[in-house]
Amino acid sequence: MPWDRNQMAERAAQELEDGMYVNLGIGIPTLVANYVGDKDITLQSENGMLGMGPFPYEGEEDPDLINAGKQTITELNRTSYFDSAMSFGMIRGGKIAAAILGAMEVAENGDLANWMIPGKLVKGMGGAMDLVAGVEKVVVVMDHTNKAGETKLLKSCTLPLTGTGVVDRIITDLGVLDVVEGGLKIVELAPDVTEDELRSKTEATIV
Amino acid sequence: MQKVYPNAKAALDGLLRDDMLIAAGGFGLCGIPELLIDAVVESGVKNLTVASNNAGVDGFGLGKLLDTRQIKKMMSSYVGENAEFMRQYLAGELELEFNPQGTLAERMRAGGSGIPGFYTKTGYGTQIGEGKEVKVFNGEHYILEEGIFADLSIVKAWKADDTGNLVFRKTARNFNPPAAMCGKVCVVEVEEIVERGALDPDHIHLPGIYVHRIIQGEHEKRIEKVTTRSREDA
Repeated sequence: MPWDRNQMAERAAQELEDGMYVNLGIGIPTLVANYVGDKDITLQSENGMLGMGPFPYEGEEDPDLINAGKQTITELNRTSYFDSAMSFGMIRGGKIAAAILGAMEVAENGDLANWMIPGKLVKGMGGAMDLVAGVEKVVVVMDHTNKAGETKLLKSCTLPLTGTGVVDRIITDLGVLDVVEGGLKIVELAPDVTEDELRSKTEATIV
Repeated sequence: MQKVYPNAKAALDGLLRDDMLIAAGGFGLCGIPELLIDAVVESGVKNLTVASNNAGVDGFGLGKLLDTRQIKKMMSSYVGENAEFMRQYLAGELELEFNPQGTLAERMRAGGSGIPGFYTKTGYGTQIGEGKEVKVFNGEHYILEEGIFADLSIVKAWKADDTGNLVFRKTARNFNPPAAMCGKVCVVEVEEIVERGALDPDHIHLPGIYVHRIIQGEHEKRIEKVTTRSREDA
């Protein structure tokens, strides 16, 4: 059985170590927060917050307190607030230990595309380009194939890039792969997923 | 020094003209200068270039200025929540200059700090880096980005005193300080103007030197995505 969304998030949470400052992207990466367990992790929200708490109880939403996905959230007793310039100062300045992001395509050299489909989807990169350029460890969490069944792990990206050679590790529904010299290396397979199956759904070179 | 004005229209009097560059604070609908945006709509000024992380939503925030076609060009990082924006852009009716979010914030901060350009790794090797000067520092590639020098800044803060010292609240701070810094003139709307001395000088987020005009008003503070947990889950 390939991993479902929650299992992918649970696997991604294993990438986080005690004491880390971490930025989680929108979608499956947001679910990673549910699986950090006892680890002392501080979540950054790039709109200007360190120490992001859970969603508020009904009736306690605060319009002045949202995350980068524009969802209402809460603060913790460790929380700090700052402006967008300082927020990206800490991102660009390498102070954030890890970023977990979604992707449309990843190439075997670590190139990442996740911000636009020309002529179709023009939303913008938000903070993704800054994050992949500045954060120490970039982990992509995404489905191995797109809705049409085509692989998202390519020899080279076809969509406009978010960053070049920036991805360190990829967690898909089929397994975990690292970007290494010469291509991707299989680190782990999801339960009952064979290496042949993963290879058959991957265009990128597997070393 | 008289910085306090009775309302948004009065505070913008004499500051608006066609073809100007306006820097606006806010992230999504959080901390946007909604009263000043409404006054810009009412003024009818057009061909505006607006530097703002987002473009509001349909019918609220900067979305109102899109509906009235007063904006010629947006400088933004994310415009995904606005169907009218997308329509105008895909139809070629609106210019859009995508800026990575941190680059946009730093361009504002730099402009307000007298820095006309800076180098950043962000966007190197992507469309964003095309046509920009590349420089290598310690073996890594950086692109030259330019400071933003706006004609006018419109921002939202929580509290101000009459000298323009500002305090923001929670994540509503976001782009407001850098946007405030980069304008020749900065107009601020707040929820409350307090007595001098009521704000702790150690807790001022943006000093009044950056602020030229202030208004106090009622804010709708619309929430874009209400997300909650139920008490039963606790």
